[in-house]
Amino acid sequence: MSFEKFEVRVSTIKVLPLENIDTDQIIPARFLKTTTREGFGDNLFYDWRYNSDGSKNESFVINSVDNGAKFLVAGRNFGCGSSREHAAWALYDYGFRAVISSFFADIFRNNALNNGLLPVQVSDEFLSKIFSEADSDINAQIEINLKERSVKILSTGEYELFPIDDYKQSCLINGYDDIDFLCALKNKVEDFENRR
Amino acid sequence: MGKTIVDKIWESHIVSEIENGPSVLYIDRHFIHEVTSPQAFSGLDKRGLPVFRPGNTFATCDHNVPTKDQEKPIRDESSRIPVEKLAQNTQKHGISYFPLGHKNNGVVHIIGPELGLTQCGMTIVCGDSHTSTHGALGNIAFGIGTSEVEMVLATQTLLQKKPKQMLIKVEGALASGVCSKDIILYIISKLGTSSGTGYFVEFSGSTISALSMEERMTICNMSIEMGARGGIIAPDEVTIEYLEGREFSPKGENWKTMSRQWLSLKSDEDAHFDVVHIFNAEEIEPMITYGTNPGMGIPIGSRVPLITKESSQEASFMKSIEYMGFEMGERLIGKAIDYVFIGSCTNGRIEDFRAFASIVKGRKKSPDVVAWLVPGSKRVEGQIEKEGLGDILREAGFEIREPGCSACLGMNEDKVPAGKYAVSTSNRNFEGRQGPGARTILAGPYVAAAAAVTGVITDPREFL
Ligand code: SF4
Repeated sequence: MSFEKFEVRVSTIKVLPLENIDTDQIIPARFLKTTTREGFGDNLFYDWRYNSDGSKNESFVINSVDNGAKFLVAGRNFGCGSSREHAAWALYDYGFRAVISSFFADIFRNNALNNGLLPVQVSDEFLSKIFSEADSDINAQIEINLKERSVKILSTGEYELFPIDDYKQSCLINGYDDIDFLCALKNKVEDFENRR
Repeated sequence: MGKTIVDKIWESHIVSEIENGPSVLYIDRHFIHEVTSPQAFSGLDKRGLPVFRPGNTFATCDHNVPTKDQEKPIRDESSRIPVEKLAQNTQKHGISYFPLGHKNNGVVHIIGPELGLTQCGMTIVCGDSHTSTHGALGNIAFGIGTSEVEMVLATQTLLQKKPKQMLIKVEGALASGVCSKDIILYIISKLGTSSGTGYFVEFSGSTISALSMEERMTICNMSIEMGARGGIIAPDEVTIEYLEGREFSPKGENWKTMSRQWLSLKSDEDAHFDVVHIFNAEEIEPMITYGTNPGMGIPIGSRVPLITKESSQEASFMKSIEYMGFEMGERLIGKAIDYVFIGSCTNGRIEDFRAFASIVKGRKKSPDVVAWLVPGSKRVEGQIEKEGLGDILREAGFEIREPGCSACLGMNEDKVPAGKYAVSTSNRNFEGRQGPGARTILAGPYVAAAAAVTGVITDPREFL
């Protein structure tokens, strides 16, 4: 799987100020039957995005805000629940390139990183600032600088640094994934097997 | 300073380390199923890579299979295709596969321990978050995403950062009518659904030691619901007795050496844990959930809590209560329910069916309830009949289905309709988990059985 390189990006945002958004909400299980990685974006947040009769839920942010946002901003503990990588695929396929939250579930974080979707972890205070910024301006812009590991509210200039390890940072900046790296280590793996 | 059991297993599986980055961790056992593996195999094909160690991977189909008429071809095409792909992929790469109807088929986390494929001291992964279940046998087991499934297939390794470590001790005797599902729902209700994020959790204490192997699996299974990477319980006599003689367990001299080695595998007295929590088992009552995450649990007789917190927390809480159709401060005992599901990798083992049968025996299923009794595996299904539980259950008006994940995630036909209440022995009460609009109340097998015969939420201790 290859993905777009990520370095500095400025984008508008869509906000979901709810906690514990689980992967069953991001992509409900009944949409997991496809055997390819593409096309999940259409079903992203399906049960929130559409009413039970199939019509659009116009008040849900994905439908109500049309600002071309590439960043999603959500409450604490985003991506908890199942390990389905389809959640990361759906967000990426829909067009998101980063998710900003004050806390991410472990497996989701790994899945996102493996698919070029950047999880940006900020403090609860900074998250609230972004939420209120979006409240006052639907087209508020955020800048994410992966090299500097910084995330900034452009209108006010307030920023925070976010954590990411060196290895993953360079994977995302260069658009390459773990498998290439691991395949190059096969001799070491064989050595390991022989010595145990 | 001493080492924890996780330190010991982790360190013995490191192939190499990246500075200020993850470790390359060797994986002993890899389980795959039809839903999270197809994209991994196509990834391999695209790169032209073979499966590096096909003997270390075992496959079953479980997530979206029907739980009736399994001998017939799967009718729903969208469910059939992933199962066919799994058959093709495993055949092409020489991986052992237990298809529908095979004596070893069943929910992936049920069959691993049951077949003795899950052993002590191993590293175990599967593209499914409840891989944490296997940790009950004293190993490092955790769920992974599909890209990681591809990595394991290609290299038998994963890049992983070592998690922090938490110790949860539970001490004291459990009251009658209280089961291990209640212990873990209680713990998560106290600590919250993200309390374990970034951690591996070791469970210990006199309560845990007194549990059977299957009860321990229920605890480790749901450690992911507190956000933990996985749960682990150090091997002891219970573990060794459980593993002895299983199909893939070591045999003969090898068994003697291995079981001795396994018994010595434990955290040192002076091992360091980043966090320690201690609970008193005597305070635990039968539990149910009232909201839309597994942390929203209460003792069955208490009221839905009141919340007066701010911002996103309050919004999430209110959304959840509204979704469930409950009111703050309301008592749930006596509320009518529509469905009962017993099954899943949390409570789909033989002991769960014994517990369920012990309550419904001599009683009748409520006519207002639709009950899905879904054994976790072919072997569990066989055992139910062998022990005569099948007759007790049918006598009481229940039907036993065939193995699969079923209503745990509603990928097959077993979906709870919108607005209906289901008392479920599974692990997740997320919005829509059991079907769009479904309202899930998580509980153990006793609570599920009591609800199945009365048609309302009932304290199972009334039936003891
Ligand atoms: S029973 Fe439920 S939790 Fe367990 S593996 Fe199946 S879908 Fe996942």
